[in-house]
Amino acid sequence: MTALGKLFRTTTFKLTLVYLTVFALFAAFLLGYFALNTRRLITEQITETVDAEITGLSEQYRLGGIRRLVIVVDARARRPGSSLYLVTTFAGEALAGNVTALQPGILDNPGWTETAYRRLDEAESPEHPDHHALARVYQLPGGFRLLVGRDLDERERLYHIILDAGRYSIAIVLVLGLAGGLFVTRRVLRRVDAMTETTRTIMAGDLGERLPVAGTGDELDRLAENLNVMLERIEALMHGLKEVSDNIAHDLKTPLTRLRNRTEQALRSAKNEGEYRAALESTIEESDSLIATFNALLMIASAESGQARDNMTEFDAAEIANDIGELYEPLAEEKGIALKVEAESAAPVNGNRELVSQALANLVDNAIKYAEPINGATAEIVVRALSQGDHILLTVSDSGPGIPEADRGHVVERFVRLEQSRSKPGSGLGLSLASAVARLHGGELTLEDNHPGLKSIIALPRGGPVQSAG
Amino acid sequence: MRLLVIEDDRDAADYLVKAFREVGHVADAANDGEDGLAMALDGEYEVLIVDRMLPKRDGLSLIGTLRAKGIETPALILSALGQVDDRVKGLRAGGDDYLPKPYSFSELLARVEVLARRHGGRNEETVLNVGDLELDRLSHQVRRGEVEITLQPREFRLLEYLMKHAGQVVTRTMLLESVWDYHFDPQTNVIDVHISRLRSKIDKGFSQPLLHTVRGAGYMIRDGAR
Repeated sequence: MTALGKLFRTTTFKLTLVYLTVFALFAAFLLGYFALNTRRLITEQITETVDAEITGLSEQYRLGGIRRLVIVVDARARRPGSSLYLVTTFAGEALAGNVTALQPGILDNPGWTETAYRRLDEAESPEHPDHHALARVYQLPGGFRLLVGRDLDERERLYHIILDAGRYSIAIVLVLGLAGGLFVTRRVLRRVDAMTETTRTIMAGDLGERLPVAGTGDELDRLAENLNVMLERIEALMHGLKEVSDNIAHDLKTPLTRLRNRTEQALRSAKNEGEYRAALESTIEESDSLIATFNALLMIASAESGQARDNMTEFDAAEIANDIGELYEPLAEEKGIALKVEAESAAPVNGNRELVSQALANLVDNAIKYAEPINGATAEIVVRALSQGDHILLTVSDSGPGIPEADRGHVVERFVRLEQSRSKPGSGLGLSLASAVARLHGGELTLEDNHPGLKSIIALPRGGPVQSAG
Repeated sequence: MRLLVIEDDRDAADYLVKAFREVGHVADAANDGEDGLAMALDGEYEVLIVDRMLPKRDGLSLIGTLRAKGIETPALILSALGQVDDRVKGLRAGGDDYLPKPYSFSELLARVEVLARRHGGRNEETVLNVGDLELDRLSHQVRRGEVEITLQPREFRLLEYLMKHAGQVVTRTMLLESVWDYHFDPQTNVIDVHISRLRSKIDKGFSQPLLHTVRGAGYMIRDGAR
């Protein structure tokens, strides 16, 4: 497609054409109306004056006969101007006046007529075409005929001036309109082309690219801004996906290798049934923990992609705090930790009860793993459900070692386990899942210093997540 | 017990059939949805084990067709889809239980036995007895011999579930699902601690323990004297 062809196909250019046609038609109508009316007005004026003159001249004839009429007509005919006069006998012999070379037979028909003529003082010449006049022939009593008329050249000239003005203005409208249309179209086309170019780059795989925004705040800018937000989200998702696969590669391969090594070892060196059995049992244990890790990863992925959004119901966060507290209380007690629940009643949340429960369970589980008695006092974990402004907070506070501030953002990532916690069991996915669940509900997971210890907070919007598009 | 395994992976089906036979059950296998449906309609099976994704006819439609024909054989759905929504869909389609893959055989066995027994109907009894342990579901009273035992509400429900399935293995996941209504896997085994608490209330001080741990599977309450 040629550049010009592309230009002509744009919506902007087609719109320009439509507007141009409308404006041109309007201008033509306006000027045509003006021209016709002017012409009609002039004609009216001519007939009125001619009528008045004929009345006056026939009055002169009535008063002084043909002699007086001839004198008056003669005097008027000598004046310069566009007035035309002729007085003839019944036979057509001219007695006075300033016109000749009338079309034959004109004088025989009384009334209004348009005729060609030549002024008496003009020489007859082929290159000088005859003038045109609007005239009235009047039959005087006694057989004489009177013709009074006006030259029409002026009327025609005016008529043509107006018509010309019309033609020129339409031409100017067309030229300016087309030029303006082309200019605007090319500008728009350039921006759309730039956008298309960027989209191609993005489609080719460079997700970091963004559409150009001109900063004018027009519709193209808004479109570009929205597309950029969309790209942002896609990039984040792609990034997440890549991270997941990296982590799967890294953190699932390690236990898989261990599993394989152990089995191989047993095959090579086990001596009796007991040793084989032990090897098989540890294989099952290892694969169970692999399955658990895998399930947690899938859960996080489904929470992050927003799939679980279909399963939202209204539930009371306080009830969840009580339930999870009750579920973990014996475990905490066994480890010498006091687990307390402080739940405000009626903390309504619209969400996935199962996922929120699991998120809170993960936080409590972490707290139990890391809680330590301080200065001889019993270690304590407090689970709270409270409403704060627009949010329902589910918090878990412990008196453990806490997490250094610099590491807090970091531990929410998948599989991150701080060096000092390597000895404790766990997949390192608990906090990532809690964070993914919070984000699914339009909330967030934050970690704070509990002085001493860690305070994990899941903030969920009261009454459910803000419905984002889709 | 006669079981029908409807599973398109022949290895998995053979493994299940063999494993069920080893523990004394009779098991047949079907490898696609149509065969499975025909066999389920003909045979006198006590429990169906249905893979969710099958050639020719998927597992949910198979169960739906059976239910429409008035056949109420309990069905356990096996599925690689393990999300909460998938479970809900499976149960809504007429499945009686749902087990995500990969599963352990002991978990599957425990669930199948519970499903088979459910038809026997211990559900309606208002007083459950195991040995000299008695649980009254209406008055919420528990006594062992002459001793009245005070339980927390959750402990009561835990014991009630165990006693309802007395003599059967009950897994940790089954307890978490039916007593707490959670379908996720708590990273630490919280259920064990609840069981040991319960055990200290009902078995401590009695010569005959009733609540047993089944290694590698779960728990069972049974009258040891019998």
